[in-house]
Parts: sequence; structure tokens; C-alpha cells
Amino acid sequence: MSDRVEVRKTYKLFIGGAFPRSESGRTYEVHDTDDKFLANAAKGSRKDARDAVLAARKGFDAWSTATAYNRGQVLYRVAEVMEGRREQFIADVQAAEGLGDKKSARVIDTAIDRLVWYAGWSDKYAQVLGNTNPVAGPYFNFSIPEPTGVVAAVAPQDSSLLGLVSVLAPIVVTGNAIIVIASTTRPIPAITLTEVLATSDVPPGVINVLTGDPGEIAPWLASHGDVNAIDLTGVTSTELAKKLEIEAAGTIKRVRRPAQPNWLATPDLSRLGAFVETKTVWHPLGA
Amino acid sequence: MTFEYAPAPESRAIVSIASSYGLFINGEFVDPTGGTAFKTVNPATEEVLAEISEANQSDVNAAVNSARRAYDRVWSVMSGRDRAKYLFRIARLLQERSREFAVLETLDNGKPIRESRDIDVPLAAAHFFYHAGWADKLDYAGLGPNPRALGVAGQIIPWNFPLLMLAWKIAPALACGNTVVLKPAETTSLTALLFAEVCQQAELPPGVVNIITGAGDTGRMIVEHKGIDKIAFTGSTEVGKSIARALAGTRRKLTLELGGKAANIVFDDAPIDQAVEGIVDGIFFNQGHVCCAGSRLLLQESIAEETIDALKRRLQTLRLGDPLDKNTDIGAVNSREQLNKITELIKSGDDEGAQRWTAPCDIPDKGWWCAPTIFTNVTQAHRIAREEIFGPVLSVLTFRTPDEAVEKANNTPFGLSAGIWTEKGSRILWLAGQLRAGVIWANTFNRFDPTSPFGGFKESGFGREGGIQGLTAYLRSATDGDDQAKGMS
Repeated sequence: MSDRVEVRKTYKLFIGGAFPRSESGRTYEVHDTDDKFLANAAKGSRKDARDAVLAARKGFDAWSTATAYNRGQVLYRVAEVMEGRREQFIADVQAAEGLGDKKSARVIDTAIDRLVWYAGWSDKYAQVLGNTNPVAGPYFNFSIPEPTGVVAAVAPQDSSLLGLVSVLAPIVVTGNAIIVIASTTRPIPAITLTEVLATSDVPPGVINVLTGDPGEIAPWLASHGDVNAIDLTGVTSTELAKKLEIEAAGTIKRVRRPAQPNWLATPDLSRLGAFVETKTVWHPLGA
Repeated sequence: MTFEYAPAPESRAIVSIASSYGLFINGEFVDPTGGTAFKTVNPATEEVLAEISEANQSDVNAAVNSARRAYDRVWSVMSGRDRAKYLFRIARLLQERSREFAVLETLDNGKPIRESRDIDVPLAAAHFFYHAGWADKLDYAGLGPNPRALGVAGQIIPWNFPLLMLAWKIAPALACGNTVVLKPAETTSLTALLFAEVCQQAELPPGVVNIITGAGDTGRMIVEHKGIDKIAFTGSTEVGKSIARALAGTRRKLTLELGGKAANIVFDDAPIDQAVEGIVDGIFFNQGHVCCAGSRLLLQESIAEETIDALKRRLQTLRLGDPLDKNTDIGAVNSREQLNKITELIKSGDDEGAQRWTAPCDIPDKGWWCAPTIFTNVTQAHRIAREEIFGPVLSVLTFRTPDEAVEKANNTPFGLSAGIWTEKGSRILWLAGQLRAGVIWANTFNRFDPTSPFGGFKESGFGREGGIQGLTAYLRSATDGDDQAKGMS
């Protein structure tokens, strides 16, 4: 043990590529699984959620028109930078989830590999989910998946990093912008991830991370007119899910409420296809 | 010199309409337990065509139980190959009885026989034929091997394309192994009830298709019924929102096909004559009772005047009148209620300062009619530019640059369809990417095909109908338990 007094970090939100404190000025205590104080995390508010939507809409405009190759490279870059911080992530996840050395390393390696997997999908999913249609007439007709828009997500409460990455990556690789509420009691790995995102060429606003209570923040996102979809993976209370779905109905948001899988297992394509809209284009044929 | 058209009515002798109809539950027609009924009317003459049963809660229960039994005992255990054969039978029966369906549709709905005969009925048959072939090939639907049906589907359809919407709903549901309880709109039940006869002729196992009639209350009973695993609804955005609320927290699946306010964008290099035909087809097809109608015409400023003049000339040649007449272009508005809604929005256009032009045509004494109407000097703030009119009313706006066209086209909570008219290929593909809508018609409009997925972005709903994408509205992957997304298909 050195005598040096360590420099501690202030944990903040990640909105529009910047690290603001909560507009509300509130924080809440975060503890490790042994109940030892780790940090004060920002307690996000309605205003923070709205700021994040504004940032996400701007991010969406740039991100959804970027080439698939570019989106793939950016996500791959996130994995590269994560790899460089592997030890820090392992330590964060150990503190947050109380995992042993081996298990926490496996979780982090899987999270990094998952990003690489999804990065590779960027220029392939349209080929799998899209097609031409042999219509009965003199027309050329094709269907392609396009991003739904701004997606709000509640990240898994337990799997603070791997779960988060597994929810976030498919939404982002398909061209959406995301506002994700990190695990309430285990937000630190998510905040460390925002530092990676900020240095990985992810355009500002494409990924926004809020910390705090989903029960407080998520309803504002579910009812927001400029949010197109919500992913309730991390919502464990049926009551809250119902409330959010009712709010979401007001603007016909797409709602996804999948069960929590074993995050270590290789995912299927269901998340890749969850927040895309099939667009079909017709044009007449003729000499 | 002009030639007068002689009347050329299609004979209605081919249809025999009963004086009253029961509910089609478990393969047979049964009387409604509540004993209540309502009248269905020919909107072109206001003649009462038949009495239609109103299903109450116990009828809905009976229909759902019948569908569940058929699902558990017959349909979910039948091979895809055999399910396919029933669907092929239905497709063939629809073709065989196509004229009968067309005449009945026109009588009950008011749409021109030319459209019911050439579009609605052939497309309905084509939908069954297309989906029949999927029934034993679902391993290739994109959900991995051995995808599973959802169970009992509750389906609620609108009055604008009664038989066609029925086909869009029933064909994929059955192909994927689901059974259905379908409710047609209360003003257009007759072709659905004739379809029930087709199911009998096809010897479809009892309970696989149940057709119950009624209005909004019956629809609500279907939506709220706990024995139903999936709701598919086509209709207004307002009702769609209430359905989404009703299903909140239930994990029952939902697909919604809702309203639209499509932009039909014409650039200065477009072939004007073709564009005018497309504009007419876009908004006056089916009296404008089309969710994907091109109801906002965006004209590039330099050609606005010329295009509007050409459009007016063309509209003067449209024939409004007897829907059974083979020369009729514009039929009757389906109901007095709908006509009132259209009239109210036309009045708002007048009141808000848009300039109205109405095609000169004789309006029959009886029935509900609306002459083709164009509004110019429309701003984006006008109600007629924002709200779905669902009638033969076109709002014309102008733009100068492609960016402005995109901005205006996307300035709506809806996102069902859009049209592009230009000779420039790069512009078509660029614009198709920019428009936030589920169906883009370039140098054409209002084309439909069972292989081609149809459905909206934003508040026009979610889920697709038709094509491989449409199958996922009625399937779940083998590995997915109850974790499949609600509303995600």
C-alpha cells in the first residue's frame, strides 16, 4: 500500500458527449456488495431526461445517415478502447456485482467480444432483414430495415456492464440513438463505459447514459413525444412496466419488454431486429 | 365534342343477401345471445341491405373458446403442408366467387365496382395464395428453426377495404398456425360473412376462423379478452392508442396499422401527365378512404400552377355516381358519419383560409357523396394539412428545394407512405432514404402486393403486413418464451 492519497472521481451523467452533473443537483450513494461506500452518483431528473432526448435526436440525425461501415468501425473502436481499460472494468464489475476474479474477467471479455460481434453486424443486418419482393406487376420493389429513431432503454439491474452492452449495442448498430438508464445500484461500470464512449468516435448524442431511479426518470422518456421506442429489459416491476407502456401508447412507441437471458450466451438476432422499421420502395419498370 | 356515357351497371343478381345474419362461431352461424342487431346500409342509396348481429360478451367468449379449442386440438398440431392446402382452397374459392364478392363489397361499402372487381377481391385472393405457400416453410421466415404460432389472434379491421383487410389479417395468421376471432367494421360486415361461407366450403376445421360482428363495444371485448394472445388492429390512430393502453403490462402481442397523412412530392422534372394520374390515384382511389392516401401534395414551386391546372382538368373527367356502374370513378362515402367528418374538415379548410376548388359533378339525391376537392394555399399549420381526412380531399403545399420537401413531408406524426415524382434516379433513392415512412412509391402510387410488406413508421403504427416481414407478426421463435416483444414483430 503506498502512502499516496488517491484521486477520486466524480461520477456524472453522459449527455450529448459531455459529462454534466444532474440538473437537479442531486446525488445518491453507491455501495459495493459488501455495503462499502463507493461513490455518489448523479440522480438524474426529468430535465436531464429531456436534455438527453434533445441530444439523442441530434445524434440520430448524424448517426442514422452515417455509412454502415462507419458505424461498424465506431463500435469496433469502442471495443478497442474497452480492451485497453479491461482491468478497470474488471475492478468496477467486481465491486458492483461481487464477482470473483475469474467470473468478472469472463464477463468483461464477453462484453468486449459482444461489441465486436455487433460491430460486425453493421453492414450485414440489412442483408439479412431486407430483401426484394417479387411483386405481381411491372415494378421493382425492395424492403430495407431503417432505424426507428430515438430509443430509451432501462438497462438490466443486475448485469451492470455485460447486460448494458448487450442492450445498447444492437440498438446503436442499427442506426438508432439511445438514452439508457444504467443499473440503479450498480451504475459505476456504466459510467466508466461513458468515458470509453467519449473517446471512441461515437458522435455526441448517439449514446446518452443517465444514472438514478428508472421509476422516476423512465416515465418522462416513455411519454416524451420525440422518443420513438422504449426497451424495458431492466424493468423488473410489472407495475412500472405497465405504467411505462401506458405512457408509451400516447405516441405509439414501439415497446420491447424481453425477459433477461443468460447474458453470457451468444444472442440471437431478435435484438438487432427490435428497433428497425421496414421501409419498402416501389418503382415502375419500363424501357 | 363530348360523348355521353350510357349507364353500364354491373348486375347485382349474382349476390343473394339474407335479411339477417348470425355470428360465425365454431364453423356455423349462430344467433347472438343478446339478440340485438343493427342494420347495414348501401351508402349509395341508403337502402337497408341486411340486419347484422351485435356480439356481446358471451358471444365473444364463445368465439374465443372456439378459437382456442381449434388451436389446441386441430390447427396447431396440423402439419404446415395441410394448413397450406386449406389456404390454397380459400384462395381458389375467392377467385371462383370473385364477382359475387366484388358486387357485394360495392353494395355494402360504396366503392366503385371497378376497384372492388380489379383490386380488392383479386388482391385478397392473392394474399391467401401467397401465405398458403408459407405455411410449410416457416423455418425460413427468419426466426430460426421451428418457430411457433402465438395462439388465438383477435383481429379488428376497418370499413375501407373490408375483404382485403380481412385477407391481410387472416391469411398470415392461419399460415403461421394461429386461429382467429375477427371483427369487421360495423358498416361493412357482409363480405366477411360471405367469407365465412367460403370457410365452410373449404371445410376449414370449425373454430379456426370465427367472425363476430358488432361495433366499438364488441371490439373492446376482443381487445380486453384474456384468452386472446395477439391483437391486430387496422383503423384510427386514436383507437390504436387506446388498444395499446389496454394491453399495457399484459405481454399480449400487438400490431397496429393506423392513420396517415402521406406527402406526394412532385419535382419540376417529373412527367406531369403521369404525375397527375398518380396524384389522382393517390387521393381519389376509394374516395380517399385509404390510410396511405397521398393527401398532402407537395409541388415544386416552379411547376405548381401548371400541375394544379392539369389536375383540375383531369378531375373534371372523373365520374361520380352509382358504384355498381363500370364507368364510375368515385363511389359513395361509406357512412353519414364519415361524410360529416369530411365535411367538417373541408369547412376547417375554408375557415382557416385555404382556397377550395371542387370538381363540378352531379351529386345523386340519395346516399352520401363527396365531390373531389382540392385545397391550395394550404399552410403546414392548417388542420387539412395535419389531420387525416379519409376522404377525397387533397391539400396542396409547395416547396423550392429537395431539403424543404423532406422537411415538410416528414413534418407529421404519421409515417405510413409517401410518393416521389421525378425523372432523376439519384434523387429518388436519396429521398426514399430521407422520408420517414414505411412505404415509398416512386413514380407510382397506391400499389399493393402480398409479397410486399406494408406498414408505418411513427404514429402510423408498428408491425408489417405482407411479405416475409409480415409473418413475424404471428410467429415467435422456438427459443423465445414470453419474452418476445409486445408490439415488436
